[in-house]
Amino acid sequence: MALLEVEGLRVRFDTEDGPLQAVDGVSLSVEAGRVLGIVGESGSGKSVTALATMGLVPGRIEGRARFEGRDLLALSPEEMRRVRGHEIAIVFQDPLSSLHPFYRVGRQLAEAVRVHQDVSRRAARARAVELLGLVGVPEPAERVDAYPHQLSGGMRQRAMIAMALANDPRLLIADEPTTALDVTVQAQILALLRRLQEERGMAIVIITHDLGVVAELADDVAVMYAGQIVERAPVERLFAAPEHPYTWGLLRSMPRLDVPRERELVPIPGRPPSLVHPPGGCRFHPRCPYVRDPHREVEPALEPVPGDEGHAVACLLDPATRRRLWREPAP
Amino acid sequence: MSALVEVRGLRRRFGRVTAVDGVSFDVRPGETLGIVGESGSGKTTTARLMLRLLHADAGEVRFAGEDVTRAGRARLKALRREMQMIFQDPYSSLNPRRSVGSIVAEPFAVHGLLTGPGERRRAVQELMERVGLGAEHYNRFPHEFSGGQRQRVGLARALALSPRLIVADEPVSALDVSIQAQILNLLRDLRREEGIALVLISHDLSVVRHMSDRVAVMHAGRIVELADADRLYASPEHEYTRRLLQSVPRLAPSSPSSS
Repeated sequence: MALLEVEGLRVRFDTEDGPLQAVDGVSLSVEAGRVLGIVGESGSGKSVTALATMGLVPGRIEGRARFEGRDLLALSPEEMRRVRGHEIAIVFQDPLSSLHPFYRVGRQLAEAVRVHQDVSRRAARARAVELLGLVGVPEPAERVDAYPHQLSGGMRQRAMIAMALANDPRLLIADEPTTALDVTVQAQILALLRRLQEERGMAIVIITHDLGVVAELADDVAVMYAGQIVERAPVERLFAAPEHPYTWGLLRSMPRLDVPRERELVPIPGRPPSLVHPPGGCRFHPRCPYVRDPHREVEPALEPVPGDEGHAVACLLDPATRRRLWREPAP
Repeated sequence: MSALVEVRGLRRRFGRVTAVDGVSFDVRPGETLGIVGESGSGKTTTARLMLRLLHADAGEVRFAGEDVTRAGRARLKALRREMQMIFQDPYSSLNPRRSVGSIVAEPFAVHGLLTGPGERRRAVQELMERVGLGAEHYNRFPHEFSGGQRQRVGLARALALSPRLIVADEPVSALDVSIQAQILNLLRDLRREEGIALVLISHDLSVVRHMSDRVAVMHAGRIVELADADRLYASPEHEYTRRLLQSVPRLAPSSPSSS
């Protein structure tokens, strides 16, 4: 059984321009001890999906999110608080949004421990030192007394991860955890997350705009566009045989170190649609180079790719045509 | 080929921190020189020193042989027509109270150019078209634009006076990947078609490789390696360059050719 099973998640916000459907029918599952990457551009709904599951966004939420059998969306705020930070922990892009600037890192870590566990102050502090060591902060017994501003960006992100680990969560949600970091520090944090996941059998949901981060860390990937999942696959299948024209567009837009330098970038034309007035039919149709008339009316469902275990795509082109188009040069 | 820009021994301190510590390089006419580095490496300070948006403590910058670092006011104004800059967050460099048409026209106003009736408007519309903005955007305001469109506005303004050099500081870092490619292609076209030299400052090693003829790697205020792009990426000489390149995530299996 999956550790987390989200079904038909819909999140709507009221805006000045009218209701905005930020997430529109997302279903996904996270197996225990696996890493799911949710990748998408800004406004795709990738963060809102994760945060809504954790009861952290306002707005009208429909659907189910079963975590070890309980529906998180049906929990009271009080019950939700017990799950959050205990069984499920979250790490954000900017550690300063979660670390209080006035308190020493160790005190904040110790508090995170004591919220969910009945231990003495002394034991909680010892645990804080242990956690900082675990996430690779050098000289943890001294750094435990540092204020957040005395740490570098990478060290702060490590401290945040330490705080997330305080209560041995079964699931860690990491929302753009390396986006604000330099590339050498990013590599260290990704290696740390991978190590923690392997050593503790913890599941991770990593939310990112960066396909490179997904390639490094994820076992499975969900690609989101305009509030929906358009493709889902084991990570190596997504890069070896992507099925959705939007995924192709992302891959062709990216400068990459592993392709010839002269290769031209092929941008996706236009911009993501308004989620207040989304286009009819396939949401990607106004930007899709392979659009056919029916695609403007019929909404595709996420369906299994024949002969490719675990791979699903929401595209109205038939599988043989898709395979041919991906091999052809971009139009 | 003689250099368009010669930078020699550039140095700048902020308090106790030496942000740029003896930096020298050339920019050749029409080339793209990438400057890559992590935060605090001094790459943005170097860009600002080049255009004299900051004063150098030591060293000199020559543009087409003329000393930018010591130019008087009138000469500096003339030199600035030739050297333009675009920024990471175009929004912060666009006046929110002015229409896009008047923002793009600003360089003409500053330099008292194109004063005849309708001349300026025609020139602005041509520039907007050049960067892929329709005439219908002329009377709109920056807040009505997406990040990618704002970057186009900044670029149209930078192009107004037909510069020979554009310094672009993280021009696509704030943009989504599909929009990034639109802007990178636009910068590449401008270089190919108009021979404008580009200094591209970025933390993104893949972007810099794709765009640049030559690449300088900065670390702790110094250039630790400078080479042709192909050479630098294929056989980096400096330990720090190697470390940077090893840190870039790879998309595991290579996809079929898509160009």
